[in-house]
Amino acid sequence: MLKYIASRLLTFVPTFIGVTLISFAFIRMLPGDPIIVMAGERGMTEERYAELVTQYGYDRPILTQFWDYLTGVLQGDLGTSFVTKKPVWDEFFALFPATLELSICAMVFAIMLGLPAGVIAAVNRGKFFDRTLMSTALIGYSMPIFWWALLLIIIFSGTLQWTPVSGRIDLIYYFPNATGFMLYDALMSGQSGALWSAIRHLILPTIVLGTIPLAVIARQTRSAMLEVLGEDYIRTARAKGMSPNRVNAIHALRNALIPVVTVIGLSVGTLLAGAILTETIFSWPGIGKWMVDSIFRRDYPVVQGGLLLIAVMVMIVNLTVDVLYGIINPKIRKR
Amino acid sequence: MSLATNTPARPSALREFWYYFRENRGAVFGLIVFGAFLVIAALAPWIAPHDPTMQYREYTLVPPVWQEGGSWTFPLGTDPLGRDMLSRLIVGARFSFFVGIVVVTIASAGGIIIGLIAGFAPRWVDTLIMRLMDIVLAFPSLLLALVLVAVLGPSLTNAMIAIAIVLQPHYVRLTRASVMAERQKDYVTSARVAGAGLFRLMFVTVLPNCLAPIIVQAALSFSTAILDAAALGFLGMGAQPPTPEWGTMLAEAREFILRAWWVVTFPGIAILITVLAINLMGDGLRDALDPKLKRS
Repeated sequence: MLKYIASRLLTFVPTFIGVTLISFAFIRMLPGDPIIVMAGERGMTEERYAELVTQYGYDRPILTQFWDYLTGVLQGDLGTSFVTKKPVWDEFFALFPATLELSICAMVFAIMLGLPAGVIAAVNRGKFFDRTLMSTALIGYSMPIFWWALLLIIIFSGTLQWTPVSGRIDLIYYFPNATGFMLYDALMSGQSGALWSAIRHLILPTIVLGTIPLAVIARQTRSAMLEVLGEDYIRTARAKGMSPNRVNAIHALRNALIPVVTVIGLSVGTLLAGAILTETIFSWPGIGKWMVDSIFRRDYPVVQGGLLLIAVMVMIVNLTVDVLYGIINPKIRKR
Repeated sequence: MSLATNTPARPSALREFWYYFRENRGAVFGLIVFGAFLVIAALAPWIAPHDPTMQYREYTLVPPVWQEGGSWTFPLGTDPLGRDMLSRLIVGARFSFFVGIVVVTIASAGGIIIGLIAGFAPRWVDTLIMRLMDIVLAFPSLLLALVLVAVLGPSLTNAMIAIAIVLQPHYVRLTRASVMAERQKDYVTSARVAGAGLFRLMFVTVLPNCLAPIIVQAALSFSTAILDAAALGFLGMGAQPPTPEWGTMLAEAREFILRAWWVVTFPGIAILITVLAINLMGDGLRDALDPKLKRS
């Protein structure tokens, strides 16, 4: 087991260096001189320009620059934003709870609907329920979520006026941002209506971000259940006279869950990509919107640092899923 | 020769494929819809009632024909600049199919070649290639495409290149895995013993037997390419206005969502139907081509 974990960790290191190299190289390839972009409309004198080039180290050999960047990254130094002048690291972790809160809600939404849908479809294989659920799942899977978001806004915010269009909470509520998780902060603030306001802001983004994971989970659960339902031990359980519900819930679902859990773990990347679109549309102040805004503002250190942090996060989650999978399923370790 | 005539003729691969594909009604439906869109895309300049970029300034935001104030001149209404929605959607089909075809061609061609090399090359080359692919896969695809387009400059061509780069690793992994499995088999050994060169082994002996999963992947990435290109267009990093690309149209219409539902609804429906049809086909392809699932 230790050997398996060690070998997984070992592949992590070159991938990490590669990811750092890519996010470093991107910024060097971007059109336009970052120093001139930083100066903006005002422009600058020749001396000031030379001074800044030296300050940011752009005049040194490219390998030295990369080495400095890599060692900086390992010490948690990702540079400072051109726009806000704050460290990228601080900005990332100030905004990250918003994305995490939204992602968790979306995932919970997807699992709560997707698992039962997949099980029901599998149990009723080929029947009306199965076909309806799986057609719906395929539609969800094919959904352009940026359009889905606009559609939901038209219906629920426009016509019905049930939900707000953007942001995380109504402006009338003000309380210190203790944890960055709006639901928790609103609850703890003790202001009446604050929690309800936060929930109403969360509903549409949650549905939008959760739609594709929901479809994927439903499809995966169905096919995993079908595979398990064909096994001999299920027939044995049925032959023993066990009730169908018990067979499905205890014997089948438990074993079908292994591939489903893997899919859930691996959809973190999808979730973060979806967050880019969802947060942009709902003006949700999280990592996705921050990245898009920074790309448009040509805030290079932020793009560079954000890209790296997101990639590392995806890598860590994938590594964890791999290791957990190795623990659950001994067959994997042998390879 | 007499031996061959005595055994019943094996149905041709295409026929066998069609036999299984036909079983899946959704897949056939997807194929029909896809075919219809293909015809529309091919004939777009002739069937579009108006020029997609022509601005009829006195007819801005005309609703669709079945709504109060609509007219048959503009069956699906007009956008905020007075351009005919129907014509823009029809011409937009061209861009989506163009994106799908170009992206899948680049990504699959590159991915297959790299995958074959990884499967046949010495161990260290294989490791190097696979680590490189791991690096690309560590980034969420849309984010990586977005940053790539920011580097290359926002345009439809660059969006296609970026999406192709992001999709490529999937083909590499798939090809390599199939090659690894096929290489062990006796027919490959006998071809090698018979004196087949490396290139012949790679492209003539092994590759055709690895194609089934790659074809399924191609269908699925066709729809991913259309979705991602539309998403990039929506974020302002894909096709630029006034190009009638569906994602770009949505981006232009965003501020009018609460006033004119049709400018937002129709481009999205177009994307959804196209992607859905392709995914239906992809499911059918998988059922027909995957030998493990056959007759199950």
